[in-house]
Amino acid sequence: MRELFDDIDRWRTAGKRIALARVVNIQGSGPRGAGAAMAVNEDGEVIGSVSGGCVESAVVTEALAILAGEQPSRVVTFGYSDDDAFAVGLTCGGIIHLFIQPLEW
Amino acid sequence: MVVMNPYDIFSSLVRDNSPVALVTIIEGPGVGALLVVTPQGVVAGTLGNAEIDRVVSRDAVGELEAGRTIVRHYGPHGESTPEDLNDTQTVRVFIESFSPPPLMWIFGAVDFTAALARVAKILGYHVTVCDAREIFATRRRFPMADEVRVTWPTPMFEERGMRLGPRDAVCILTHDPKFDVPAIQGALATKAGYIGVMGSRKTHAKRLERMAEVGITSAADLARVHSPIGLDLGGRTPEETAISIVGEIIATRTGRQASPLSSSDGAIH
Repeated sequence: MRELFDDIDRWRTAGKRIALARVVNIQGSGPRGAGAAMAVNEDGEVIGSVSGGCVESAVVTEALAILAGEQPSRVVTFGYSDDDAFAVGLTCGGIIHLFIQPLEW
Repeated sequence: MVVMNPYDIFSSLVRDNSPVALVTIIEGPGVGALLVVTPQGVVAGTLGNAEIDRVVSRDAVGELEAGRTIVRHYGPHGESTPEDLNDTQTVRVFIESFSPPPLMWIFGAVDFTAALARVAKILGYHVTVCDAREIFATRRRFPMADEVRVTWPTPMFEERGMRLGPRDAVCILTHDPKFDVPAIQGALATKAGYIGVMGSRKTHAKRLERMAEVGITSAADLARVHSPIGLDLGGRTPEETAISIVGEIIATRTGRQASPLSSSDGAIH
């Protein structure tokens, strides 16, 4: 998350609302481990990454829904193969669990 | 007095390279609540009640000391034994440890040093360049280093050797007998996870004789000293050499052979 601080500070100074997405767990193979982070502001600007580019755009959609109050802060999982799963996943076959919350602390 | 919010306290600790754990409820009652924990205890935030704060922060201090990032389960008041959790809704807590960056000390202010310092910075090392020669050990020549010190190896290790641990690296690029053997002696007295020394095969053979003269003969000590430094990539330039050195540092840490993945079929991560 260290690499996000400069941009987050700039966004906070500008009064932008921000959602923070962090990898909390990876099952199987995954390009980035727990702690990988990205942030999305209310204008849809994105910094950081949580995978090798496999799930980032889906994370942005989730993050914007959470910022809009349409979804609560929660754990989002990508890579399940059952029917409830999201359409996106990791190409390497792993399962990635992210916690997404507004950065209002 | 300005009251700082948890994010500002947390981010300034990370920026100062102070160890800190960010603890967040990711599922269960109080989702999104967080604690900022240092080795001394909670410095900001709450998970909702004093009891869960006490139990979780105690665990977070342990995870932080181990440098681990992990998800743990508790009851809403910090219950952590399975029997206590039977009839209660559990809280999942993400404990994310932020450790200070690993250290790399590079002895010898040469061209290879500048390239190695640049590559080490990409990997997140805090880099210190040391050379006894004032005209070479300058900030101007090594702007990418975090610190440039004009010093002989022995006083450097006496003053700061106790700071080096298993995540840290000592790279000795001097080729100079006056400098490299004292640096090897100093490094062996620390807990540094990687010690590498540059030199041709011929230099290496002569250096082994000089090391023996000062009493460095045990198999355990000799096994810790990677000499000649680096993986056999066949590179020549300072930049290529730097990649071969950091490649060896990573492989030493992970215990891997550093052979091509295409020549094996084990797990990658």
